[in-house]
Amino acid sequence: MSLDLQSRAEMLGQSLPPLMAEAELLAATVMMGEHGRRRAGQGDEFWQYRPVNAGDSARLIDWRRSARGDAHFVREREWQAAQSVTLWVDPAKSMAFSGDKARAPKSDRAKLLALATAVLLLRAGERVGLAGDAAPPRPGRAQIVKLAAVLSGAEEGAEYGVPSATGMVSHGRALFLSDFFGDLTALEAALTTAADRGVRGALVQVLDPAEEEFPFSGRTIFESMGGGMRHETQQAGDLRARYLARLAERKDRLADLARAVGWHVTTHHTGQPAQAGLLWIYNALQGGR
Amino acid sequence: MFMLGPVGFATPLLLLGLIALPLLWLLLRAVPPAPIRRRFPGVALLLGLRDEEAEADKTPWWLLLLRMAAIAAAIIAFAGPVLNPVERQAGNGPLLIAMDATWADARDWPRRIDRVAALVDEAARDGRPVAVIRLTDAPGQVAFQAADAVATRLGGVTPQAWSPRDLAGWAEALPEGGFDTFWLSDGLDHPGRAALMTALEAKGTVTVFESPRPVFALHPATYDEGAIQLAATRLPATDPVSVEVSARGPDPSGVERELARIALDFGLGAERAGAALSLPPELRNRITRFEIAGLRSAGSVSLTDDSLKRRKVALIGGGADREGLQLLSPLHYLRQALEPVADLMEGSLTDLLLASPDVVIMADVARLSQTDTDALLDWLDNGGLLLRFAGPQLAASDVSRTSEDPLMPVRLREGGRAVGGAMSWGEPKTLAPFPEDSPFHGLPLPQDVAVTAQVLAQPDPELANRTIAALADGTPLVTRKVVGQGQVVLVHVTANAEWSNLPLSGLFMSMLERLAVSTRPAAPEAADLAGQTWVPEIVLDAYGQLQDAGDLPGQPGEALAQAMTAGPGPEQPPGLYAGSDRRVALNVINADTTLTAATWPQGTVIEGLESPPEQALKGAFLSGALVLLMLDILAALWVSGRLGGFARGAVVLAAVLLTTPDARAQDMPDDAKALQATTGLVLAHVLTGDARLDDTAQAGLTGLGEILWQRTSIEPDRPIGVNIETDELAFFPFLYWPVSTAQPLPSAAAYSKLNDYLRTGGMILFDTRDADLAGGSSPEGQHLQRLAAGLNIPPLEQIPTDHVLTRTFYLLQDFPGRHQRSPLWVEAAPPDAEQVEGMPFRNLNDGVTPVVIGGNDWASAWAVNANGAPLLPVGRGFAGERQRELAYRFGVNLIMHVLTGNYKSDQVHVPALLDRLGQ
Repeated sequence: MSLDLQSRAEMLGQSLPPLMAEAELLAATVMMGEHGRRRAGQGDEFWQYRPVNAGDSARLIDWRRSARGDAHFVREREWQAAQSVTLWVDPAKSMAFSGDKARAPKSDRAKLLALATAVLLLRAGERVGLAGDAAPPRPGRAQIVKLAAVLSGAEEGAEYGVPSATGMVSHGRALFLSDFFGDLTALEAALTTAADRGVRGALVQVLDPAEEEFPFSGRTIFESMGGGMRHETQQAGDLRARYLARLAERKDRLADLARAVGWHVTTHHTGQPAQAGLLWIYNALQGGR
Repeated sequence: MFMLGPVGFATPLLLLGLIALPLLWLLLRAVPPAPIRRRFPGVALLLGLRDEEAEADKTPWWLLLLRMAAIAAAIIAFAGPVLNPVERQAGNGPLLIAMDATWADARDWPRRIDRVAALVDEAARDGRPVAVIRLTDAPGQVAFQAADAVATRLGGVTPQAWSPRDLAGWAEALPEGGFDTFWLSDGLDHPGRAALMTALEAKGTVTVFESPRPVFALHPATYDEGAIQLAATRLPATDPVSVEVSARGPDPSGVERELARIALDFGLGAERAGAALSLPPELRNRITRFEIAGLRSAGSVSLTDDSLKRRKVALIGGGADREGLQLLSPLHYLRQALEPVADLMEGSLTDLLLASPDVVIMADVARLSQTDTDALLDWLDNGGLLLRFAGPQLAASDVSRTSEDPLMPVRLREGGRAVGGAMSWGEPKTLAPFPEDSPFHGLPLPQDVAVTAQVLAQPDPELANRTIAALADGTPLVTRKVVGQGQVVLVHVTANAEWSNLPLSGLFMSMLERLAVSTRPAAPEAADLAGQTWVPEIVLDAYGQLQDAGDLPGQPGEALAQAMTAGPGPEQPPGLYAGSDRRVALNVINADTTLTAATWPQGTVIEGLESPPEQALKGAFLSGALVLLMLDILAALWVSGRLGGFARGAVVLAAVLLTTPDARAQDMPDDAKALQATTGLVLAHVLTGDARLDDTAQAGLTGLGEILWQRTSIEPDRPIGVNIETDELAFFPFLYWPVSTAQPLPSAAAYSKLNDYLRTGGMILFDTRDADLAGGSSPEGQHLQRLAAGLNIPPLEQIPTDHVLTRTFYLLQDFPGRHQRSPLWVEAAPPDAEQVEGMPFRNLNDGVTPVVIGGNDWASAWAVNANGAPLLPVGRGFAGERQRELAYRFGVNLIMHVLTGNYKSDQVHVPALLDRLGQ
């Protein structure tokens, strides 16, 4: 399972260049990474030569360059730093829903998107981890295997997922993937905590097309995935309009929450190709507004 | 059996179950449709929503009715309903099944055999012995056998193509002891039938079986007043009815097919109907039989023999006819004798042979040119008959004197002889009886025929063989020689009354007929047939099918003559009989046959074939119940909202299909199309029915339209596909017509519309799309020829270099499309058009060529897709693009020519006009 998820995520990530998460407050997360920040600093890659200033120690002078002229030059290296990205994928039962036999459940798509994002980030040298304690942010390809294993095993008994802000690195990045059908106050608390720590990120609401269209009619008993909630109706078709209104209201609420803390938000449908969702995440994490 | 109207029930007690239906009503009504359980995470959003209307938890009444109907149908089905149940009654003692088995039975023979098989089965169940006899057979011993043994032989019992000959004989041949009889009559009265009926009734009960279907009989066709006279008789004569008579014969390739068809209309209560069929001689001579279409019976088939055929006879007289001496003309008597029975031609031999006559008659012609001789010999080799008459010129000439002339059967002595005249000894000679091997054998000899002069044959070893008629003193009168497949016959006297009075006698006619020069206009007389043996070539079976006669023995003419009047029998089956030189047809029905209905004594039980059959209804009711239950499934799903979108779509689709079968015909109202075609200039193409081709044509005209829009002041709208059968053509100045072999030929109405269109200034561009590689013989080219056959197209020529089409917009010399260099055909210039000195172009007339014909597949070169990019490749590389550009230029020139006519033709004459006006 984890291998399959991993290979599919790698394949999905193939089509995009490595994802470099935007880092504004780099000083706060000074950790060596492999990716240049396009300014001089700590790192291994050559950046530029500059004339020696007063105060530069003689050890810094690049003698090979300086020997070609009268002036002395210092060889500067590019500043390479890494960003920490924390992923939260809703493990609740509601994510196991699929409106059509031909479509995979929502959780599958959410995990795929999360892991593909991780693949892209890790390729760029960023540090990726999962919310909670199971997989703290680490760089390197080995982390992909770990993330895939943890994601595959993640199942929880709750009907609806509760986002968790634990394990987030300050001034890092975060990505929440869920259907957000649960209590939004928990999400609000998590977002507030994250904002307090300077974490910014994106919310991806993964929905099945059936949840958007409500294609039901006739006498129906609706049950939640765990069977904990039920609602009986004589004419399901009559409920459609009101259901859609409530769904729209929830999306608005989600957007308001995200706007308050400066996060991005989108709705991704399992009927769409995963590519579209990944592209949006790529842009959101890269800092595109 | 419990009966309810025409329906009986095997176990009527089960019907009591119907009482339980109201109980079912109460039970079913209380049960609402079960809800569906769905897992749905969005339930969190649904919590607290209330149903807008509380639906009754009861089953709808119509669903209840459906279910009750299903159960009622099941109950009735198990009660064993039977429609028209037959009450069986058993007889006892032997059963005699007598079948007429005539040609009139053949039309429904399988049903008769089925009826007999049912009777034999029944007899087998009752243990009765059975005998099956055909009354058309000769009377014989009637042997009762076990029914099982009879049943196996029933398949081999066939009808015969004649009527019962000896019913009285059967009456005497009946076995001893009592038995019941079942008589399957053909519905016609036959001699001796009443006697047989009496004899059978004496033995036991007689049940008669008659088919209510009418009997039709076709009389032999006769030739009268220039047309074939057909007649048919029917029985019973009741309502007006029309039957079609089909004339069949070999077509030029030898395959038998229908040559003509004519309807015979029987009036109300009319027994007989007739019609005259007028056919050209070539067609008429090919007819081998007439038959009433759709009837399988020997009585509805009438074979034709030589009597319908009319020979083409060429008459050539020697010497100039002298005016006023008609009766002395050597051809006068021949003309009189042959006029009613043959098609006569007169003229020069060279001309006449071209018309391929069957017979050439030369009266007193001595010398022929070498060319004529050769032509005649060729014609003889192919089966011609040359009949020569002697005369003074032949006698005086030295033709065939020393050596035998190829066109004479014998050598002749000089001068001939005269007997019984004033200057000679002896009496005029009479005729000797015709020898056995002569074609004239059997003709009666009139005593007053005498010969006074004749040409004499040289004694010769062959002479005896070649003589087919002689005088009483043994001198040959008629001699004959075979040349190739044909023959030369010389009559040693003149064709007029100069040398003998033979041409004045009736024998002359008979001899001409025997020589197959003329054909007899009516049925042969007994005397005509006597003295010869007639061998059947083709015989008819009772179904009217032609069978090879095989090795049936020949019949003497007397017997055949008797069969001609009394009808055919076992020895003389109907068919075509060949004599020495001609064939006669013996038909089931002769000219005088009348059909008389059989009448039966009072009290006879008469059965028809059409007794309503017993029919078990259990299956129908059970399947009805099943269908209702299936409907119930669908209805229950629908009520509970579980009928998916697909099923709903299928139901809607089915409903649409059932209600509007011709929705496509109305997809574009005429007015809308007319408006679309007339609000702007619209180029149109003819819809060929080949979807790919039509799409290409549409795309091609779209591409041409864009080029026109860009480069010229012509701004066409979207092109339209035109159905020439239904659409109005007058709106379109130009039609592009890609020729497809898949397109059927237009109807007559469409042709008249197209001709109107061409006459009133429309132009059609025919495109065979084959690059004209085959020179007009490609399938498309041939189809174009068929299409254009009905069009009023002027003479065409290949486009001349100064045609106005070469300069209406661009200057062009070549008109490529996707192919190039195939010729382009336009209306030919008038023959008087000539080039004025100093002028680059001829002074051509007004008007636009109504058609342009070519094979360069222009639409493919013009075609663009939705983005305006070329749809199909043309040529290769840059040269190909140049070719496409030239194709567009041709299109521009063509449309300019359509819209501006000869305008460009006039422009070049302006300097000349100014010059003439003196400016």
